[in-house]
Amino acid sequence: MEVPTMSELPTGVTRHTFDGTDRLATRGEPVYGEPTDGAWRAWNPNRSKLGAMLELDMDTGLAGGETVLYLGAASGTTVSHVADFAGPTYAVEFAARPVRDLLDAAESRPRLFPLLKDARKPETYAHVVESDVDVIVQDVATRGQARVALENRRFLADDGRLLLAVKARSEDVTREPAAVFADVREELSGGYEILETERLEAYHADHLGIVARPR
Amino acid sequence: MNTTDGWFADVDRDDPDAMATAVREGHADEPRDWPAIALEAGFADDEDDYYDAVHEATMAATRAAVTERERADDRQLVHAVRAMDDCSRTANELAERLAEWAGTIDPEAGTGVAYARELARGETDDALEEPVVRSLAARVADLADEADDLRAFVERQTPAVAPNLAALADPVLAARLISLAGGLEELAKKPSGTIQVLGAEDALFAHLRGHAPSPKHGIIYTHDAVRGTHPENRGSAARAVAGKLAIAARVDHYSGEVKPELEAELAERIETIQARTAGDDGGADDE
Repeated sequence: MEVPTMSELPTGVTRHTFDGTDRLATRGEPVYGEPTDGAWRAWNPNRSKLGAMLELDMDTGLAGGETVLYLGAASGTTVSHVADFAGPTYAVEFAARPVRDLLDAAESRPRLFPLLKDARKPETYAHVVESDVDVIVQDVATRGQARVALENRRFLADDGRLLLAVKARSEDVTREPAAVFADVREELSGGYEILETERLEAYHADHLGIVARPR
Repeated sequence: MNTTDGWFADVDRDDPDAMATAVREGHADEPRDWPAIALEAGFADDEDDYYDAVHEATMAATRAAVTERERADDRQLVHAVRAMDDCSRTANELAERLAEWAGTIDPEAGTGVAYARELARGETDDALEEPVVRSLAARVADLADEADDLRAFVERQTPAVAPNLAALADPVLAARLISLAGGLEELAKKPSGTIQVLGAEDALFAHLRGHAPSPKHGIIYTHDAVRGTHPENRGSAARAVAGKLAIAARVDHYSGEVKPELEAELAERIETIQARTAGDDGGADDE
């Protein structure tokens, strides 16, 4: 496998100049008061773990147009950008309050499908989310993040990608993040082959970005 | 619909309500290639049409689910807990009045709400046949029943509105704190020192005027971790409880996620505090 020095951004994502600074951007209706320029809206890596992974040149394998299952969509900050460049995007979020904002983001995005469901219980949405999705993006702040990824593996195509942001403080506030990450990787390797990991420290404290594919 | 069917299996493409219900209530063991299956079954004309239907159905389903969860909002809780307190206070007041009256007729007359219930059921002395006395007793019993119903409502609703707060305190205490603060958002914005003395305003202002010690706790006195701690260490316990309750209120208001670790952290802290008196010699502590 060739090692690219700089990962290509997916089609539909670009670097665009906002007020003199180069920033990641996608095209769509603004969602969270981000700067816009024409059709482009800035993608803030400080508010989005996937944004941070792209900003850090991780090889996400995203090309644009994929079918996506997004776990932990919250108020739709990141998933709105994903829906801007991807294909059908299923957004799962468990908390009712942020989902109200997610609904607003989905209003103008006909291929963004909001679901008020618990990512730890895939059988409650397996009747809606199709099999063999190309990408699972996971950003859930609960204990057992590796288990959530394993449980949802059934949705992922054999050559699909898991893009996971692990939050150390959700697993155990008192432990050293590095130790938590080691445990998560260990558990995750029961169902996934880990391709790349990177600390997201520059944008998100105590987070680890992981790119993996099903084993 | 059985567990190998997609959400569209038993619904009509022209029936938005049924589509939304299928998304909300359905389930399947494993995902399948739903778009292809839906086209084969004639549910949709083409893939675009299918995804349009998914968008329509998930939007409607999720909007309905969110509305339902949020209808259980904190305002309802504030009213319910205040009504509950009003009902039980009034019931007690009237029960006293009743006991006083009944005592003039029957020297054996009892007191309190329990006695009013007896009287209302006609289980007392014949001398108390006076209809107005019995009728008053029936009002007291009704009010006490109403208070019980309201308590049951509060206990049911609080975990939906503030799951973390209700898990950390008991649901009624959680609702009282929300009520005293004026709402969940207001509670979430209060520092833990304020939450610690909510409900002890008289004592607090006496202290601020300079002629009383500062109150150690307000309504959170009813929390088991405070009440169950030796008076000497109750201040520490109240501080620890208030701190965690403040965090719980913020999580409930701003994120709504359930954080079971809060409960474990509080239990651990309280154990440390209570161990001080158990050891009797005070022992070393981190404060």
